[in-house]
Amino acid sequence: MGPQLSWYLALSAILFTIGVVGVIIRRNVIAMFMCIELMLNAVNLTFVAFSSFFQDVTGQLFVFIVMTVAAAEAAVGLGIIIAIFRNRESLDVDEASVMKL
Amino acid sequence: MENNLLSFIIFAPLAGAVINWFVGRRLRNEKIIGFIACASVGISTIIAFYLALKSNGALRSTESIFDHLWTWIQVGRFRADFALAMDRLSGTYALFVTFVGFMIHLFAVGYMHGDRGFYRFFAFLNLFMFAMLTLILADNFLLMFVGWEGVGLCSYLLIGYYTDRKEAGNAAKKAFITNRVGDWGFVLGLMLVFYLTGSISFFEKPEHGVISALQAFAGMGVDPFTWKSLFAGGATSVAVLLFIGAVGKSAQIPLYVWLPDAMAGPTPVSALIHAATMVTAGVYMIVRCSAIYTHAPTAMFIVAVIGAATAIFAATIGLAQNDIKKVLAYSTVSQLGYMFLACGVGAFAAAIFHVITHAFFKALLFLGSGSVIHGMHHEQDMRRMGGLRKYMPITFATMLTGWLAISGIPIFAGFFSKDEILWKTWSAGEFSLPSPLWSKALWFVGAITALLTAVYMTRMMIMTFWGSERFREQDVDHQLEGDAAPAPHSVHEPHESPWVMTVPLIALAVLSTVGGFIGVPYALGSLFSDHPVSYIDQVLEPVLSHVPAGVPHSERAHAVDEMQWLSPKPQQLDGAPAVHALEGPAASAERAHSPEEIRQERFLAMVSVLIAALGIGVGWLIFQKRPLLQMPRILENKYYVDEIYDATIIKPIEVVSREGLWKLFDVGVIDGFLHSLGDAVTEGGRMVRHLQGGFVRSYAAIILIGALALIGLFAYFGAHTLGLAR
Repeated sequence: MGPQLSWYLALSAILFTIGVVGVIIRRNVIAMFMCIELMLNAVNLTFVAFSSFFQDVTGQLFVFIVMTVAAAEAAVGLGIIIAIFRNRESLDVDEASVMKL
Repeated sequence: MENNLLSFIIFAPLAGAVINWFVGRRLRNEKIIGFIACASVGISTIIAFYLALKSNGALRSTESIFDHLWTWIQVGRFRADFALAMDRLSGTYALFVTFVGFMIHLFAVGYMHGDRGFYRFFAFLNLFMFAMLTLILADNFLLMFVGWEGVGLCSYLLIGYYTDRKEAGNAAKKAFITNRVGDWGFVLGLMLVFYLTGSISFFEKPEHGVISALQAFAGMGVDPFTWKSLFAGGATSVAVLLFIGAVGKSAQIPLYVWLPDAMAGPTPVSALIHAATMVTAGVYMIVRCSAIYTHAPTAMFIVAVIGAATAIFAATIGLAQNDIKKVLAYSTVSQLGYMFLACGVGAFAAAIFHVITHAFFKALLFLGSGSVIHGMHHEQDMRRMGGLRKYMPITFATMLTGWLAISGIPIFAGFFSKDEILWKTWSAGEFSLPSPLWSKALWFVGAITALLTAVYMTRMMIMTFWGSERFREQDVDHQLEGDAAPAPHSVHEPHESPWVMTVPLIALAVLSTVGGFIGVPYALGSLFSDHPVSYIDQVLEPVLSHVPAGVPHSERAHAVDEMQWLSPKPQQLDGAPAVHALEGPAASAERAHSPEEIRQERFLAMVSVLIAALGIGVGWLIFQKRPLLQMPRILENKYYVDEIYDATIIKPIEVVSREGLWKLFDVGVIDGFLHSLGDAVTEGGRMVRHLQGGFVRSYAAIILIGALALIGLFAYFGAHTLGLAR
């Protein structure tokens, strides 16, 4: 018996939840960023699983779009993180709670 | 007939005002400013005399002169033109207004010499002439109202001319606000005229499709003589509402209080606006609407009673004033009362006659007082004058004629007009009076007023021109009670005024002397001539309505119209005696004079001469010896009317405004509502603010909660229940 669709969905849900919890409980902005990537890839896994299950290529197309967006987001996000670090010498998001320095 | 020159009469002073306001203020040259102001009024004067007196002019033919400038408002049936008209009435008015106005402008050039606001003064004065002439020459009620408000505005501006004096500003506000009460009546009357007749025009203008509102009234039945008709919405209501307007503008009881205070303005203003022209606008309006009043006996009765009451009331106050201008102010109020008395008994021509002679002698007296004030270096208190006839001979001589004229000494102008009013009052029919006794009572009030007039004018003349030279006595201040802090003033030698001031005085003195001959009544004229002519009657006869003579009370409700109006269509109905205007005024004048009446009129004229002589004699005897005689305090304090108004009207309004409108309504309701609205928003913001703490992780948590809530919603209800799925 090969892997069922539900296995993929369960793995995806676990990964997504880890991402969500990580975003909420971690203060390190890099770690939060990685958790966001984890959530995106959990969704990608769901897309691919459904695409295979329904024999429909649309799901895989969506994965490419998500990956593109994730790459762009990573570029912008890392830029912002570097700027914050240069200004505050800290990666703690709670310390960056006000706009002015 | 159409004549475009007419508009120059009103627009020349307007141009003068504009030039002086924009150019004169930069020039700062009194000669040029004075010349512009006088020349613009001079142009009006010349054109007015030309249009009125040329061979087919307004006063010499039955046709009026029209000048249709533009159609101002046209909405549905309502039509108001910016159009001027000069008929015999407005022509007469325009003549003396422009002439007296010109004289006073000339005088003012001398009086205002050296004043910082010279240009401003003449710009306002010219603007006043524009407004006054618009009022007179307007061919409909609405344009007349424009002039009516215009003169009110200029009156306000000129009373408050001395902007550095608090009492001048207060007097200006008082005049303006008091006039608003009257204007309320005028506007309501105007609306009611339109409602009743569908027109607001005074004249029939077929080429524009305009009918005459006055002629429409002339075609209606006469209102019954009852108090109920006041509120019936007919001619009586119109007449009373218009009379409220006249009461405000012409300073009658109960709205007269602004006029004495208005003396805070420069003296030429008092002469022009508050004696000769503007305050007679109410009389003009009533005479213009004589067709309405002759259909409203109740209103005429009110007019007569208010006029007589004002006449005697103001005369008694005038007895006790110490400010030379205040005496003349109360005298003006009193004389205006005479004019309304005349209107009330249906003697419209006599009212206009008195307006004209009063314009001459009261302008003269005011200018004379201005000359005295000028010569005394702005001293107005007569207790600090005395013996001035030596120093100011021309002023003295001219004021002497004014004094005799207002007192009613024969030959002088005031005698004829005042006597005419008294006679018309005595012989008034029962049309507008409840019983024949009323005419005798009103005559008696008028006669007593004449006596008082002679007394207070004599007092004023003696205090000013005779007696010891009290301006030399430094200690005079200590004798005067009532002066809380007598201002220390140095003694100036009084001096006679320059020629620009004495020439108008002399011209007006001549007119005050001979001006009465335009209206010598038949009974007196026939003593000296076989065919006496009362020019004023002859001129005005065709444009005035007459009270129906000898209609008994019972029939009056059904009395047929026998009014005549411009280019009349004689109506003969139910055998009522129709008066044919085409017969000519001379013929109707002849017919009206029975020998019995003539004897009575001559007798009454003799009585009024005796009254005048008695008044002067009494005044002379009392005040010659003791010019500073203490007058009754209640008179000196003007019957405490100002205080009564203050306590009964002004104070309550102030209290209600401060405590009710301001502290309760404005602060409580309006501000309270807005403040609670603002507070609610602030409070809400303060609570919601915590959501946005700047912590990225809390934002993420909120997004998560939102997403979970939405997903939970879908999961629990299902997309179909929420109506989101197809």
